[in-house]
Amino acid sequence: MRIIVFAKQVPDTTEVKVDPIKGTLIRDGVKSIMNPEDKNALEAALQLKESHNATVTVITMGPPVAEAILRESFAMGADEAYLITDPLYAGADTLVTSMILARAAEFVGYDLILTGRQAIDGDTAQVGIEIAEHLGIPVVAYATDISISDDSIVVKREIDNRVEVISTKMPCVITCSKDMNTPRYMNLYDLFGCYSKEIKVLNNSVLNFDKTKVGLVGSPTKVRKTFTKGPKGEGKVFQGSVEESVEKITEVLSEVLNIH
Amino acid sequence: MIMVFCQQENVNLHRVGLELLGKAVELAKEIDTKVTAVTIGKDIDCLATTLIQYGADKVVLVQNELLEIYNADLYTKALHEVVEKEKPEILLIGATQLGRELGPRLAARLKTGLTADCTQLEIDKESKLLLMTRPAFGGNLMATIVCPNHRPQMATVRPGVFELKAPNLSRTGEVVEYVPSIRWEDARIVVEDFFEKIKEDVDISQAQVIVSGGRGVGSKEGFQQLRKLADLLGGTVAGSRAAVDNGWIEKDRQVGQTGKVVRPKLYIAVGISGAIQHLAGINESTYIVAINKDADAPIMKVADLGIVGDWQPIVNELIKRLSKKAKAEDGYEVVRL
Repeated sequence: MRIIVFAKQVPDTTEVKVDPIKGTLIRDGVKSIMNPEDKNALEAALQLKESHNATVTVITMGPPVAEAILRESFAMGADEAYLITDPLYAGADTLVTSMILARAAEFVGYDLILTGRQAIDGDTAQVGIEIAEHLGIPVVAYATDISISDDSIVVKREIDNRVEVISTKMPCVITCSKDMNTPRYMNLYDLFGCYSKEIKVLNNSVLNFDKTKVGLVGSPTKVRKTFTKGPKGEGKVFQGSVEESVEKITEVLSEVLNIH
Repeated sequence: MIMVFCQQENVNLHRVGLELLGKAVELAKEIDTKVTAVTIGKDIDCLATTLIQYGADKVVLVQNELLEIYNADLYTKALHEVVEKEKPEILLIGATQLGRELGPRLAARLKTGLTADCTQLEIDKESKLLLMTRPAFGGNLMATIVCPNHRPQMATVRPGVFELKAPNLSRTGEVVEYVPSIRWEDARIVVEDFFEKIKEDVDISQAQVIVSGGRGVGSKEGFQQLRKLADLLGGTVAGSRAAVDNGWIEKDRQVGQTGKVVRPKLYIAVGISGAIQHLAGINESTYIVAINKDADAPIMKVADLGIVGDWQPIVNELIKRLSKKAKAEDGYEVVRL
């Protein structure tokens, strides 16, 4: 069984700050990490590698520095890694990104595709689902558990107020939620080897898209503008005794809630 | 035409679809077009009236035996057929988890763009394009996105982002039935079993008063105090991500980017420093009171009133005063909202 894990390198958004004067993102010094739920997907793949003798291929798309997460995947136990990188692909939205990833999957070959539910930089949860649609194969989103026998696969997932048990056949795509497992740490043995393993590069000379159909140019959605939110309130701050503080709050209660 | 997908479950409409109908009516005025509501299921004729009252000019009822419970394959195929037939300019979908699964499947099938979790929708005066604004980088940045050349322009919106408008009981509209050409074989996934999770007793995204606690509350017992205050104010208790991670409060009461967007009349933030992810969830509140030891905490900059101090004596004193008042009114409803 051949498993592809799609993973993305993302800035650790919990560390991204906004420059209060310029209103721009401060990304300097913010570390890049493997998107957390993609790591859950990789962990699920590695468990299937052990139980079902699968091979695990990790694929990412991004600038050359994104190879860091592929090295990390090797150190966790992945067998093979591909970096999709081409200046033509820069600025791709979710539709075009998923199209490119789908073609990479066809190039590499797969029985099962796993990816994280969503990435923390965009939070769209679209790419995994759209990959399946481009490949014409089934998809189950938000999985919390996977079990496989032969070509049948049973997935447990949580959707709104329901827990569902879904069965489908491979090949298929499953997007993995953080509740599925706890990703392993890199292991020392693989850590030594991870820098000597080959990372294969896929660019447009391999994937062969019409260049007007990819990247920023080919993407249906365009970013018109970006901005940071201004503060909501006036930022009126009061410091006084407990009595005075309670008095202030009581004034608000009567004004806003009509409690006298 | 602007189309709104209105999710139903057990013949109950999800609130977010009705919120989106209200927004669609506003947008439709600006581009001089009509609003169509689409709902999918079995034996759902009775929902049409409600959809019209909330703003639909036309209702498309997509009904079939196989559509009684949600199956992503069958729903996608059915909705895809309706979109191909009706050719909407704009398609809005509630960003429930169901909508966040259905949306991308449909968008990829239609080869169009989809903007997830929009917090603002407007029509551009010049181009008449839909301006879709959404948070990115964990709420640190807002991006306004357009979809100039592909149709429909698709967006999902989380529940509670737009206000639920009052229904107009005398509104009339057209109701049509659509029978999709789906067969059981179209379902490549099978829902073998499902069960409802225990329903939350209250949906914080609809609460009018919220007393919310963060790391500074310090313990589960601290949250008992906040709950008491919330009860006296006729409100509900909620928490930041830190409070949830510490196990002081349930996950479904989490406010913020990864929790829920709330829009109460009054939001009281107790011991919450105000990480940007949290602020993203409270921006729609009418009035924010923050109680925090640190005068420089980010929450103080967005609060309408920031109280610097130890939360415990302040909250205790508030509880004491409000309890007295409740007793004085002798059983009458304490809070009139």
